Amino acid sequence: MILQALAFYVFAAVTMASGAMVVVSRNPVYSVLFLILAFFNAAGLFVLIGAEFVAMILVIVYVGAVAVLFLFVVMMLDINVTKLKEGFLEYLPVGALVAIVLALEIMFGLGVFGTTPGTVMTLGKNGAQVATIENTRAIGQVLYTQYFYLFQVAGAVLLVAMIGAIVLTLRSRPGVRRQKVGEQLYRSKADAISVVKVTTRGGV
Amino acid sequence: MWTIGLGHYLFVSAVLFTFGVFGIFVNRKNVIVILMCVELMLLAVNINLVAFSVFQGNVVGQIFAMLVLTVAAAEAAIGLAILVVYFRNRGTIEVEDISAMKG
Repeated sequence: MILQALAFYVFAAVTMASGAMVVVSRNPVYSVLFLILAFFNAAGLFVLIGAEFVAMILVIVYVGAVAVLFLFVVMMLDINVTKLKEGFLEYLPVGALVAIVLALEIMFGLGVFGTTPGTVMTLGKNGAQVATIENTRAIGQVLYTQYFYLFQVAGAVLLVAMIGAIVLTLRSRPGVRRQKVGEQLYRSKADAISVVKVTTRGGV
Repeated sequence: MWTIGLGHYLFVSAVLFTFGVFGIFVNRKNVIVILMCVELMLLAVNINLVAFSVFQGNVVGQIFAMLVLTVAAAEAAIGLAILVVYFRNRGTIEVEDISAMKG
């Protein structure tokens, strides 16, 4: 139990610290790398709690796809880094105010200050997880039966996103010469060469 | 202290969500960091969903977490595509310049 708690504290601390570093980091590349670190540690938190499938999906989807996409875009766009950080101190008071107010609201909601008599916290009491079947099988049994249409809609959302991203970024540049196979194949002898009668010593 | 309950997970999630909101307010110029902050907030939501799901012994929360993940991936793809097109047209990604539709 103590080992589990220690692992939780390590994962939680690294997650929160890297979340903070995403925000305050000067270079967007470092932000992306800290985002990847945060995702990895959140996956560790999920493994600790017994939700292995979501943890693995998190690693595959977020670290493998989304974060690499971010890294790709950050590296591809030629951004003036120092200019983008100019307004940081200017917006710091407003941002800090909003963050503190939001954090206090969440703390009130969780009943940290004893205002609400722990409605949320009492849910943790019946935390005896029934481990009769493994996590992946349990998810599959619900996902492919009860939430099948939702599953299909999720696939449709991904399809629309893929088509949208392709349509948005596809462009035909004017100055590029491409191979046109059809035109090459339909080229006949008649319009390719012409026989010219050249007079002797006259030149063409 | 040595038994990890629901409250611990909710605390981590709350802190992450707050960092996300803070980042959106502070990084007013960099759209990429704003998108990353949105991802951070969605991660916080996922932690919430999974924690509630496990501590109540109901697997539906994890399914919702996966759906949130799907939407987050789609959002990141579309958002970054729009960003690339915008950078191609304008040569900058400052948020304050995005006012072409303003009346």
